[in-house]
Amino acid sequence: MTQTTLPPTEKTQPVSAPARGLSDRSRAERRLGWLLAGPAFLVMLLVTAYPILQAVYYSLFNYRLTDPENRSFTGLSNYAVVLTDGLWWQSLWVTVVITVVTVAVELVLGFALALVMAKALSAIRPALRAAILIPYAVITVVSAFAWAFAFDIDTGFVNNWFAWLPGVSETTDWFGGQWSSIAVVCLAEIWKTTPFISLLLLAGLAQVPEVLQEAAKVDGATWWQRMRRVTLPNMKAAIMVALLFRTLDAFRIFDAIFIMTAGANNTETVSFLAYRQTIARVEIGLGSAVSVLLFLSVVLIAFSFIKGFRVDLSQARGDK
Amino acid sequence: MAGAFVLASTLTACGGEGGGANVLNWYINPDSGGQAEIAARCSEQSNGAYTITVSQLPRDSPAQREQLVRRLAANDSSIDLMSLDPPYIPEFAQAGFLAPVPDDVAERTSEDVVQSAIDGATWDDELVTIPFWANTQLLWYRNSVVEAAGLDMSQPVTWDQLIQAAQDQDVILSAQGRRSESLVVWLNALIESAGGSIIQENSPEDPTGIEFGLTTEAADRAAEVMNAVATSGVVGPAFSTSSEDTSATEFEGEQGGFQVNWPFVWPRALAGVEAGTLDESLPDDIGWALYPRVNEDEETAPPYGGINIGIGAFSENVDAAFEAAECIVSEENQAYYFITNGNPASKASVYDDPEVLEVFPMADTIRESLELAAPRPQTPYYSEVSGALQREYHPPSSVGPQTGEQAQALIEAVLAGEQLL
Repeated sequence: MTQTTLPPTEKTQPVSAPARGLSDRSRAERRLGWLLAGPAFLVMLLVTAYPILQAVYYSLFNYRLTDPENRSFTGLSNYAVVLTDGLWWQSLWVTVVITVVTVAVELVLGFALALVMAKALSAIRPALRAAILIPYAVITVVSAFAWAFAFDIDTGFVNNWFAWLPGVSETTDWFGGQWSSIAVVCLAEIWKTTPFISLLLLAGLAQVPEVLQEAAKVDGATWWQRMRRVTLPNMKAAIMVALLFRTLDAFRIFDAIFIMTAGANNTETVSFLAYRQTIARVEIGLGSAVSVLLFLSVVLIAFSFIKGFRVDLSQARGDK
Repeated sequence: MAGAFVLASTLTACGGEGGGANVLNWYINPDSGGQAEIAARCSEQSNGAYTITVSQLPRDSPAQREQLVRRLAANDSSIDLMSLDPPYIPEFAQAGFLAPVPDDVAERTSEDVVQSAIDGATWDDELVTIPFWANTQLLWYRNSVVEAAGLDMSQPVTWDQLIQAAQDQDVILSAQGRRSESLVVWLNALIESAGGSIIQENSPEDPTGIEFGLTTEAADRAAEVMNAVATSGVVGPAFSTSSEDTSATEFEGEQGGFQVNWPFVWPRALAGVEAGTLDESLPDDIGWALYPRVNEDEETAPPYGGINIGIGAFSENVDAAFEAAECIVSEENQAYYFITNGNPASKASVYDDPEVLEVFPMADTIRESLELAAPRPQTPYYSEVSGALQREYHPPSSVGPQTGEQAQALIEAVLAGEQLL
């Protein structure tokens, strides 16, 4: 901590680097940094970079797992097949709809839950947090089965309980249509991952300095004004990080679709499409092309979040 | 560094399972414990020549295939025996994943076996797997309903007659309309019953050379029947998501009238009565007949399913594995499996076993159905064919005269690598 000698006011000013070369100290620090991060970096390369590069490589081939002898290099033709196929665009659309709907609802719900957790009496706070976190601890496949059974026409209770709602009756077949299936999928996703977002937002809430709140109170600000002018601006980084993580996660949705509809009634998502080409059809080349395109979509989302909304990932940790 | 070390040691641990020289690994589909018991019996009978251990595969057959294909593509030598669903056998055989069946074994194990089971175990005119058990769908009906409708069930009935009777009696006619393998089972039976075939001319090497029969008159007639059933108003409320289990539940219910389904529905109904969830009078009200006809004057071609035993091409104990396979499919074990697990035998003689007849009074009908049954299209590209058919023929209420053409175009484009599935 001895090196932070600059006065706080100058922190926002760009500090220009020494004209050339590194001082001995920063060189040593950099070396230590590499030594500390190196093993993790190597493992990441091994388990992340290698499979990604291999998928990119395979996507250039016509390669069927059961017929390795006839593997042939086809350049970018797999990408052309994917991008000219209506099924890809349909799946992309479904994925985007699910992502936007679930993330938007989760953000609002998650924020409300975070407020409840932050304000709850300290006596019940641990129990409350545990209760809110339980859905997140449930395995996604298990939660998908639970929701599928709940909405199932034979085993489900939903039709029975909600028959008074317009459009719902004893014989409503939720998984028989595109939009009703997607609605159930979204519901299951929201139930399961809202806790994640609320936990990230709770961390953000805790960072809002209490003195600012008190000052605003003294100035006579209402609850809503304090929320808009004090709490939210101070939480921007946390909100953005929560949004980014959830969007990336939601975009790769697979389990719920696999269990609930298996892609019937045009409910395929991009991940499901990749699964069907790679695992079911064992067309490694075509499947890898879909996977690479999915990966690029995710990179694009992350990039536009970080650049577009200027999310600084390090800010979420509280280093200002 | 520590991370890499942990990773490396885990990998060694995974690769370390090889087992003793005479331990045979049998990958089984989940059942009610019958295959594990048969494995134990055969191990004991072998007097130490081999010991069979069972490893369970996923629940549904496409997932079983996925796992086996991936393992075999990596030359997994831990697969000695595997329980294979017949539609996937050509793919395994064509890829060289199955050890060739010695002539004498083939001769012994195909003796007295029903024709459809031999067809299902064969690829390119050679027996590539050992027939184990053979499944077929029957038409199940409620005696009270056919009596009221005045249907003579001793004579063959058609789908049209069933729709009519169900409409008159206000009962449900259950079939499997879900987008899954069961839809292809139904479609194939309809096309075969109408005298057609999904694949007319096979082409093992070149997928683009396969000649499909989806635009034939028979396929059109099948589409007509499928649509008629789906839009008749006598199917259950969730027909487009209805599976074999849904059908069985509907049939057991108050509105149950007719269903096409595998024989598991019989022990299922008896178990329901025993558990007190179903009325005691139900079993007496259940009747069975051959699968319905599509055309009045044309013999039916019921669905064929079941399990055959494949021997892994990369197994280190191929000889012992064939010996074990012969033991597994013995008449005695097939009868045991039929009685305890409800899975019908592929050997015809088992159907004369008095014990079998006692538990399955419909055994004769099952044997008759198996003699008539037609396998689903046999091709190494079965998952593509099945997946494309599921996409086009679902939901069944949308099936029309144009569906066959669309499905054929889709399969051809998919096999040519020009379209996604």
